[in-house]
Amino acid sequence: MSAPDLDVRYIARLARLELSDEEVARYQSQLSNVLTFVEALRKVDVSGVEPTAHASPVFNVFRQDVAQASFTPKEALANAPRQANDLFVVTKVVE
Amino acid sequence: MDTADLPFLTVTELQRRLRARELTPREVVDTLAARIEAVDPAIHAYLSTDLDQARRDADAADVSLPLGGVPIAIKDVISVAGQPCGCASHILDGYVAPYDATCIARLRAAGAIPFGRLNMDEFAMGSSTENSSKGATLNPWDTTRVPGGSSGGSAASVAARTAFASLGTDTGGSIRQPAALCGVVGLKPSYGRISRYGLVAFASSLDQVGPFTKTVEDAARLLGVMSGLDPHDSTTLDAPVPDYAALLTGDIKGLKLGLPKEYFISGIDPQVEAAVRAAVDHYTKLGAEIVEVSLPHTEYAVAVYYIVATAEASANLARFDGVRYGHRARDTSGLLDFYGKTRAEGFGPEVKRRIILGTYVLSSGYHDAYYLQAQKVRTLIRKDFEDAFQTVDALICPTSPVPAFKLGEHTQNPLAMYLQDIFTIAANLAGVCGVSLPCGFAQVDGKDLPIGLQLLGPSFDEARLLQIAHAYEQTTDWHTRRPS
Repeated sequence: MSAPDLDVRYIARLARLELSDEEVARYQSQLSNVLTFVEALRKVDVSGVEPTAHASPVFNVFRQDVAQASFTPKEALANAPRQANDLFVVTKVVE
Repeated sequence: MDTADLPFLTVTELQRRLRARELTPREVVDTLAARIEAVDPAIHAYLSTDLDQARRDADAADVSLPLGGVPIAIKDVISVAGQPCGCASHILDGYVAPYDATCIARLRAAGAIPFGRLNMDEFAMGSSTENSSKGATLNPWDTTRVPGGSSGGSAASVAARTAFASLGTDTGGSIRQPAALCGVVGLKPSYGRISRYGLVAFASSLDQVGPFTKTVEDAARLLGVMSGLDPHDSTTLDAPVPDYAALLTGDIKGLKLGLPKEYFISGIDPQVEAAVRAAVDHYTKLGAEIVEVSLPHTEYAVAVYYIVATAEASANLARFDGVRYGHRARDTSGLLDFYGKTRAEGFGPEVKRRIILGTYVLSSGYHDAYYLQAQKVRTLIRKDFEDAFQTVDALICPTSPVPAFKLGEHTQNPLAMYLQDIFTIAANLAGVCGVSLPCGFAQVDGKDLPIGLQLLGPSFDEARLLQIAHAYEQTTDWHTRRPS
């Protein structure tokens, strides 16, 4: 965990988030402060410590693999930005 | 009948009067509607209400049910079928929830009426409700100050007596901190106690739903109704749900309360510290034994949180892509442009900041150094609590290091805002339960600002936690005071 070398524009692209130049500069500065703050974690001796993913003592919960009632197409599409023929209309993916 | 005092009743007293036929559920909704109309414009706790539906629900209400005829206001992150669920974000403008969250379905089955949407920090990211895309909520005790957050609307509505009770969510303190700043009771149940099905996920390993109320007894009633196993949320535990309200005996003689020395640090407001220390003395008089304990990894909790929570958020918020619901950018060219613009237009500054941080700590080359390291330190934080609860029944400490701060005071400095949650965050990382209840007032600029006492208990020991909180509340009168 060396000094934070955060490339905000590259990370924003990974996150599918378009940022203005002004936003890039602001987040660069603010998040560098936050990353410097979390550097403190490096000091902690975690040898032999297992990671905690969540605090629930429940693992591998199964149910019967049977179909259950779900939304009708009309319900599923109720919030769609665009729809046609009981389908979501999306932008062209393949040129 | 005279309904002048109706908004000030507890849920418990409201139900007594409903069952005695001293008033009708319809009168309750009508009175509450008038109260909201008169008071909420100065507070802005509500984003919307559906009072016509609430009146229909009231006319059909069965007051013999556990919460029969009780209107309950809901944070804008929990799905109520047919009502907006926008997370105070532009990206969900116009979105209407197609189904009830499990906690809502259980409230309805118990006769409660979910009727209004409460303001919050966008996607529950914040500690002041200033990150709402719909404008800030103001603190009913001093409208130049924040109500806390992220469940600021939930806390402010109960404090302003525009709700009898409300629901919020707590990922790093978002129930307890606003409850403290607004002078009401806020309960964060243990991780796995209440289903999150129908809650819009922020950080899935931390999020919990919980109630805001005027009293501990009311919180116990709502908790009992909402708790338990849900096949739709595999983190819920199949543990018995006690009758929490019936266990509030007022007797806490012989119980041990731990004073975590790491929670009494420099930087804590002197009036807050004095009030919490006075509460500790009060517990001694009630027969509790006070023991100093240590949670040695407390200082790392905020850092762990802002890695774990943002990592999970960056994954959870990937679903907002403009395809199936929510905002969709116009005039885009190609798929990446479509996603990039949709999300740029839909999300506010704090949400973007956290998505970037979370994406970074999960990205190739940084995952082990940040995310995995944080998960390991999280294990040590959990162990601190497990060790402490070997010797004490609950921990006692401040909820927030300061009373309500001014609007705009921390908006330019994200790190300063993150540190507002310094006393609440560890409980989420450990999965334990916690409650904030009023324990005094700070005099600041001629105004009385509420101070919150935080009690933390072992996982799934809400019964004892509430018993301890109730014993304090019933022998003090802080909870009876309300903003003018």
